[in-house]
Amino acid sequence: MPEGKLCNRKPINTEEYLQEVLSDTGGKQYYAEMEELDVDVPKLQAALKNTLKSRTKTWLDMCAHCGLCADACFLYEVNGKDPRQVPAYKIQSTLGEIVKRNGEVDNEFMRHCMDVAWSQCTCCNRCGHYCPHGIDMGVMFSYLRGLLFSQGFVPWELKIGSGMHRVYKAQMNVTTEDWVETCEWMADEYSDDWPGLEIPVDKVGADIMYTCNAREPKHYPEDIAEAAILFHLAGENWTVPSEGWEQTSLTMFAGDWEGCTMQVNNVYAAIERLKPKRVFGTECGHAHRASAIEGPYWAGRPDGQPPAPFRHYVEWVAEALREGKIKIDPAKRIKRPVTLQDSCNYVRNWGLGSITREIISYLVEPGYFIDMAPNREHNYCCGGGGGFNGVGKYRPQRNVALRKKRDQILATGAELVIAPCHNCWDAIRDLEEEYHIGIEWSFLKPLLIEMAIVPDHLKPRDE
Amino acid sequence: MYELLTGPMLWLAFTVSVVGLALRIVMYIRGLDWKLDRVAYRPHMGAGLKGAFRSILAFIVPFANRSWRTKPGFTIMFFAFHIGLLGVPLFLEGHAVILKERFGIGWPAMSMAAADLLTIVTLVAAGFMCLRRLVLPEVRIVTDIRDWAVMIISIAPFVTGYVAVHQYGDYGFWLNAHIITGLIWIAALPFTKLFHVVGFFLSRAQLGMDFGIKRGGMNYEGFHW
Ligand code: SF4
Ligand code: SF4
Ligand code: SF4
Repeated sequence: MPEGKLCNRKPINTEEYLQEVLSDTGGKQYYAEMEELDVDVPKLQAALKNTLKSRTKTWLDMCAHCGLCADACFLYEVNGKDPRQVPAYKIQSTLGEIVKRNGEVDNEFMRHCMDVAWSQCTCCNRCGHYCPHGIDMGVMFSYLRGLLFSQGFVPWELKIGSGMHRVYKAQMNVTTEDWVETCEWMADEYSDDWPGLEIPVDKVGADIMYTCNAREPKHYPEDIAEAAILFHLAGENWTVPSEGWEQTSLTMFAGDWEGCTMQVNNVYAAIERLKPKRVFGTECGHAHRASAIEGPYWAGRPDGQPPAPFRHYVEWVAEALREGKIKIDPAKRIKRPVTLQDSCNYVRNWGLGSITREIISYLVEPGYFIDMAPNREHNYCCGGGGGFNGVGKYRPQRNVALRKKRDQILATGAELVIAPCHNCWDAIRDLEEEYHIGIEWSFLKPLLIEMAIVPDHLKPRDE
Repeated sequence: MYELLTGPMLWLAFTVSVVGLALRIVMYIRGLDWKLDRVAYRPHMGAGLKGAFRSILAFIVPFANRSWRTKPGFTIMFFAFHIGLLGVPLFLEGHAVILKERFGIGWPAMSMAAADLLTIVTLVAAGFMCLRRLVLPEVRIVTDIRDWAVMIISIAPFVTGYVAVHQYGDYGFWLNAHIITGLIWIAALPFTKLFHVVGFFLSRAQLGMDFGIKRGGMNYEGFHW
């Protein structure tokens, strides 16, 4: 059973291997090797035996084939209602077949499964709400991804993503030193405008421990500065951990469950070390899902709870505004058409639909907020979820997927989209690039800083 | 023949069905795995049950969820079909008589006219469901032979019963055919997709618990199905 040098069943655990895969531009050699990769049938059978339990079995077996889930899937809609995009069909023709044949499948079939699992489903969990039997294809696709990952059939970028987490404990090669330095640099950079601004590292017993997405220190460190400014404005007693600050999980997108466990344990170790009252993660949907919703289970915590209450950033913002820790200058409230992107990962999967709208009520002048339709729990994925945004191989499909959000946004007539989720933010940026609909998009942090009333004692002293 | 079918065979069919369904329920619940499903069922039973209840209710009441509301035509047919499918066999006068005679159970019954009407409604709804399978590409692509088999097993007792009651042909033949198809329906419950008579509740309860416990139900208002 030939395994390739780059494409094989071994996850990336060393820097050398990671570098090797990374240097294979676009995954050319990787995908070529994948065509030769054998399926380890006994291993697949063992995996099915150990992990295919009553929920998945019943779902596969009981599907009434009623097709009610079809319209629920945005990918079905944007692909011209192609029946091959019906959620029930997608899962039954992939996972269903693997189960039916008890793992006796070949390379070609596995590559087909890979295409479906990563380019025809973003694990947004929307279809599950429309199925009378409560069959959640998002959950099953995630399971399928796990099987595919363990056999080496995973898109190049996600193999790398998973390797990054395994090697650097972050989705990008940001080391502890890089991270701590970035925090110091940002505190310094902004301290002229914000005297006394601090990014306290490793403070034990703070009220809040803040965690983020590795792309912030790597690509937009100002986001960390903005978080610091807002905590500073609100007078919070907060800290960031030097280790365990990265809460995203490309391992989750990749289906690398062992990697997920490693990643989240790292965050939980920080919580246990610093003993904060609460943890708030940045404006990122999948990061929240990985560290607060699914994380406790990967970490094997029987109560399903993280070591301290773990909340999403929008929950902190709503609280700060509600309690007047941050006050908005009424003159600066947004007075142009604005809409909001509901992130599947914390709206559908954490119930935050009302919280984000509460925030809107403080930030937007009445009459200027236009909701997308459908919204809240029934929103559509941004089009780039589940790793879709990052996989070059599936860029054409991803660009088609963006059309749903484009049309939703256009229907609102909004000029600005508030997107408190990294991935959604990226997808909306890309859709503007691709389709030029003339919109702006923003996280909450810059808007808040722009609109907040700064008390005199926090203002820089003019010379 | 009639005695045999409505006596021992009826017992047999019921036994197979009840034991089979019970076993599958037990197996389902035992196969739930908090770690693999990623739902802490036990420590948060209260929140879980609340979620389960809401989830079941949302789908057992017509138009109580967004899925039903977006497809009103389907919803009406779907409920007509299921109400007939359960209501007619349970409350038919002829069936009440057998229950009384054989098992000494007093059972309410509906009028013959009502049963007739409901039978026709059920058959029309069934026709609609079959048509959907043939015509809509999104349903056709998922339909397989088992779906047709289940439809035939479910409808056969209605057709044969209707013919027998209205004496369109040889009464004895149609009555026996009716009883046999009815027994097949009962015995098939645990082994076919008809398992959803209980599976629906199990599956909906599971997803409801997932939302009630893990996906925000413990912190915020429940999920709006
Ligand atoms: S809605 Fe549910 S039961 Fe119907 S086809 Fe889709 S997954 Fe199957
Ligand atoms: S989880 Fe989302 S993307 Fe995947 S099949 Fe369901 S609706 Fe479609
Ligand atoms: S990126 Fe945002 S909208 Fe898209 S799937 Fe993830 S959470 Fe949902």
